[in-house]
Amino acid sequence: MAGREEAKKLGLADYEYDEIVKTLGRMPNHLELGMYSVMWSEHCSYKNSKPVLKRFPTSGPRVLQGPGENAGIVDIGDNLAVVMKIESHNHPSAVEPYQGAATGVGGIIRDIFTMGARPVALLDSLRFGNLDDPRVKYLFGGVVSGIADYGNCMGIPTVGGEVYFDDSYRDNPLVNAMCVGIIRRDRIVRGKAAGVGNSVMLVGSATGRDGMHGASFASEELSEDSVAKRPSVQVGDPFTEKLLLEACLELLKNEWVIGVQDLGAAGLTSASCETAARAGSGIELDVCLVPRREENMTPYEVMISESQERMLVIVEKGHEEEVKKIFEKWDLNAVKIGTVTADGMLRVKENGTIVAEVPAKSLADGAPSIKRESRKPSYLENIDLDLSSIKIPADLNSVLLKLMSLPNIASKAWVYQQYDYSVRTDTVVSPGSDAAVLRIKGTKKGIALTTDGNGYYCFLDPYEGGKQVVAEAARNLVVSGAKPLAITDCLNFGNPEKPEVYYQFEKCVNGMAEAASFLNTPVISGNVSFYNETKDRAIYPTPVVGMVGLLEDVEKRCTMEFKKDGDIVVLLGENTEELGGSLYLKEIIGVPGGRPPRVNLDMEKKVQDCCLKAIELGFVHSAHDVSEGGLAAAIAESCIAGNIGFSGEIETEVRPDAVLFGEAQARIILSLPEENLSLLQQIARELGVKITVLGFVKCGNFRLEVKSKGYNVRKLDIPVDKLALGWRNAIKWKVES
Amino acid sequence: MKCAVIMFPGSNCDIDCYHVLSEVMGQPTEYVFHKEKFSPGDFDLIVLPGGFSYGDYLRAGAIARFSPAMDSVLKAAEAGRLIIGICNGFQILLEAKLLPGAMKVNKDLKFHCHDVFLRVDNVETPFTGLYKKGEVIRLPIAHGAGNYYADAQTIEKLEAENRIVFRYCDRSGNVSDAANPNGSVKNIAGIINKQGNILGMMPHPERASEDILGSVDGKRLFKSILRCIEGRTTIYGR
Repeated sequence: MAGREEAKKLGLADYEYDEIVKTLGRMPNHLELGMYSVMWSEHCSYKNSKPVLKRFPTSGPRVLQGPGENAGIVDIGDNLAVVMKIESHNHPSAVEPYQGAATGVGGIIRDIFTMGARPVALLDSLRFGNLDDPRVKYLFGGVVSGIADYGNCMGIPTVGGEVYFDDSYRDNPLVNAMCVGIIRRDRIVRGKAAGVGNSVMLVGSATGRDGMHGASFASEELSEDSVAKRPSVQVGDPFTEKLLLEACLELLKNEWVIGVQDLGAAGLTSASCETAARAGSGIELDVCLVPRREENMTPYEVMISESQERMLVIVEKGHEEEVKKIFEKWDLNAVKIGTVTADGMLRVKENGTIVAEVPAKSLADGAPSIKRESRKPSYLENIDLDLSSIKIPADLNSVLLKLMSLPNIASKAWVYQQYDYSVRTDTVVSPGSDAAVLRIKGTKKGIALTTDGNGYYCFLDPYEGGKQVVAEAARNLVVSGAKPLAITDCLNFGNPEKPEVYYQFEKCVNGMAEAASFLNTPVISGNVSFYNETKDRAIYPTPVVGMVGLLEDVEKRCTMEFKKDGDIVVLLGENTEELGGSLYLKEIIGVPGGRPPRVNLDMEKKVQDCCLKAIELGFVHSAHDVSEGGLAAAIAESCIAGNIGFSGEIETEVRPDAVLFGEAQARIILSLPEENLSLLQQIARELGVKITVLGFVKCGNFRLEVKSKGYNVRKLDIPVDKLALGWRNAIKWKVES
Repeated sequence: MKCAVIMFPGSNCDIDCYHVLSEVMGQPTEYVFHKEKFSPGDFDLIVLPGGFSYGDYLRAGAIARFSPAMDSVLKAAEAGRLIIGICNGFQILLEAKLLPGAMKVNKDLKFHCHDVFLRVDNVETPFTGLYKKGEVIRLPIAHGAGNYYADAQTIEKLEAENRIVFRYCDRSGNVSDAANPNGSVKNIAGIINKQGNILGMMPHPERASEDILGSVDGKRLFKSILRCIEGRTTIYGR
């Protein structure tokens, strides 16, 4: 029997141990306690976050599957649906960047094809420390090649994502991987072990000793000892996963498949108890039947191993041979290891002798949830800045040049060109624009995909930051011509046991939930990653939103680059005096902080509606959202991408640097033929959106004059080549220096 | 034109090749699983698609050449059937010795996914008849091991026999180091065998065969093949 001391060593609290004893009516044995410790870890149980996550809107007319399954599903018409999920692999990537990131990708892909969907796209949201740090370079390079090697081998295009650099992520890089699949509505499979007597089969790779206690490792802070936990990191084999994918999709066409679940965190323990719990049944299995790649493995090791590329399949009794035949074709194992029972117990046997027996439901869903103490961090008390004390630099040309070559604004081509983004021949807007667009063969439709997150804003104002993440993701889809449909989110925070961290978490969720409701984009799946903290230094609170949008006609898609000399360039939305939280203040002026831009959801929605309507009418040549670096950076990006200049002027009441580099929300830049301006103005007027003519697309330099009331006229005049040079090469230069 | 797309375990451009041949070109197309065999007369065109056959674990293409389906490919090659290996398919053709030379990892050790410009240097092949000699076309590449190598003698021979079909170049057709994405000798992107029925190329014509994908330069390759096959049919009255 295993006592309180052992429970503590495995990371279980006293009250959790008591709960286990109460449930079992006896003390657990060593194996049972090990199973509880992984299932009740934060990573698997969400015990710290569950009550707060309830605040998200999770339903809507298009939602076919909300949170609680392997992935969420949203209807896109034509009997088709999009399956999607994002998940973190932060802790493994911090100690073993290549395998950590690779298996993160492998895990999220399995979540998608587990539902019966063909995975069609990957996105990755990454955060690292400052690129001048040699260890950061090592982590960055390792993570990018880990993602590349896994996704490329699978033949699933990596079409988007983001990369941010900030000191707060130095010891805790964030690796959030998102996968998107397409499925026929009538072919959706769920992770259920139903029907007493049905067979429980394990398919895919053999089981080894890799990834022991990975789920628990992900549920504690990193420390100097963490490197010793490299054995907690799994090792990926994308080739086997590619075979597993094809075999599973072939298998799932059969009606006699009852349920499927991938073996991710907590391995066989989690797959068996979760499928049983969802169906309200039990599972009896024998560890001796599990194919192994190492000798003398104990039942404990078999039950919690996180060996990759494995699936649990529940099929109607009598179809086992058919399963084997399919997997043999793909040279993979398929072995019956147990049966579905009626008694609700997960019963583990070794050669017929019972070695563990616990209620599946208690293991899967029984972790007592905790409402943590929440306290406003003191740094938030004096966050305001006095703008009048900030002098506007004399040479704004060099300010813009510097901004464009900040790694956070610069092109991420160094990263995405290592990813195969064009395989499957569906990518019709490639990485580098605001969102990726994929066509759906056999239909007129397309989907747009993005991930977004601004940890710096969330640090400065968790609530507004939370709203902003959702608003920006939606905006990125809208400028691509897509109507936003749904969210999958990855919530990356520090140690939730610290009230200040919990405060950030709660407020971010509140902001996100409000924006998600307002913009009609329910949260259909997601993941929480706590304990992103080392030596008392937590990361910025970093919620990441992955969003999908629908284009009814993919030919109406829009991109960010200026296309035609003489097109008129207009701004939808309003410039404001907001400079707080901007990269300009932080990196150019050297004044971090300030209140980040507020999100007026009402205005945000109107601006987005106006943009989408204009794009759907077909006269918009380019659309680009204004984000980091402000209006000047946004126009410069459209120039660089289109390899063409711009000439314009702005008259305003707002101070010149705020107009140029402030990051006020709800702003979109459009270019269009001048003759369509009046139509656009009419749409804007009807919707109550402010529209301002900024200038014209013009061969030659990027030229912009700002006439602010009470200030001297300020001029920007830079050759586009010069802007492009730093923007294109900044990351490459840093990495290779 | 009857087409076959070989599916090795780990192939992942098989569906893209199938899509172009079947949907875009409208030709009868079948997948051939690597465990299957076929007769030389079964297909006019055999495509070895891109991907990571057998995970490329030993060396790109090294294990695939032992597949049962490859026996059939060899026989079809001898019978003069048209065979094209794209990306991993090119690597397999090299490993199977159907084409000379070898493939090393890219010189910067990184995977490269982006468009490249290619100069079409030989238009007297069944695969390139609809291009103009010296024409610059744009196709995507997506590979980690596309650094073509062969000894000086072999290169000399390839050049003398006009067997270098595609070379990496810049927008204006200059074959330069700057335009070489992977370190290939002489900027080689595609070569053909002496008999002229087997083409290997690293760039992906199947990813540039529809307007919606931004380039249709690759489609002319498939059209060239079709014209060649149908021409033969007419001539020999098959």
